[in-house]
Amino acid sequence: MSTQTPPAAHAPVYYELDEHPHAPGASTMLGFWLYLMSDCLIFAMLFAAYGVYGGSFAGGPGPRELFDLSLVAVNTAMLLLSSITYGFAMIAIDEKRQKAVLGWLAVTALFGAAFLCIELYEFNHLIHEGAGPTRSAFLSSFFLLVGTHGLHVTFGMIWLAVLMVQVVRRGLIADNVRRLQCLSMFWHFLDVVWIGVFTFVYLLGVLR
Amino acid sequence: MSARNDTPFHGADDHQHGHDAHGGAAHGTRRGYVIGFVLSVLLTAPAFALVMTGVIADPRITAGIVTVLAAVQIVVHMVYFLHMNSKSESGWTLMALIFTAIIVLIAIAGSLWVMFNMNLNMMPKGMMDAM
Repeated sequence: MSTQTPPAAHAPVYYELDEHPHAPGASTMLGFWLYLMSDCLIFAMLFAAYGVYGGSFAGGPGPRELFDLSLVAVNTAMLLLSSITYGFAMIAIDEKRQKAVLGWLAVTALFGAAFLCIELYEFNHLIHEGAGPTRSAFLSSFFLLVGTHGLHVTFGMIWLAVLMVQVVRRGLIADNVRRLQCLSMFWHFLDVVWIGVFTFVYLLGVLR
Repeated sequence: MSARNDTPFHGADDHQHGHDAHGGAAHGTRRGYVIGFVLSVLLTAPAFALVMTGVIADPRITAGIVTVLAAVQIVVHMVYFLHMNSKSESGWTLMALIFTAIIVLIAIAGSLWVMFNMNLNMMPKGMMDAM
């Protein structure tokens, strides 16, 4: 395998050329983190687009007329609560309490579902007011940015449901723990993106 | 959490990586999550309150405060919920994060700057005078 000449005793060697065993999933966390960073770049582009188009109302309604901040505050609370309940699920994993893990995951799913329902209610309300994504560049970029975040939460919910079934069927085996850790990063990351959304889109939008 | 050795370069004869089985994401403690949650509430509630009540007359000052609160909250979430630190995965997660942050900054600040200038320069002569 290794064809290089043996290094001199004092020469520093900067490469590892020999193969060596890796524990299964040893690099999953770093890989998943890199995926999240690429996801972060997608959101950066959507934020940039919203930043550019956010003031192009085309004579239509602007954030001040459209956004209901108390609804957004409730929505923010739902996502924040779902983040901490997922944290409690992770602690229950450390303590190997399977029932508690499933319980906290179920609570997380409920908060996530509440968040999605409120967001869909808001979208539906906007569209019925004639402020749909085709109304102006501002609304196009708004629906694209907030909708992409909502889509991420939706897929997170599906993932959560699948993992709950896996935990019921197989228990807290190493593979399931690893998957739950990945979803944990995904879920908390979405909460971080939401900080940007509620600040940049809603709060600063209303101030604009 | 990591059991890896801290020498920056591995010798060719060094087969021991010390990969820990559950990767670099350190587990939080209940205390850590509760602290993070309380800090988030303390940072979110004033931001909403400032905008919804409009206590500060100048919206630019309100916008500045809200932006700073959001930036602090992102750091809080990174530390207490995502368990970011300089040691996980030998610092590679932090390196990836810093790199991403730079790209994000260039993309957002660059877009706003370029498009703002373009809007100004594309404006008809009469509107330029009116500004």
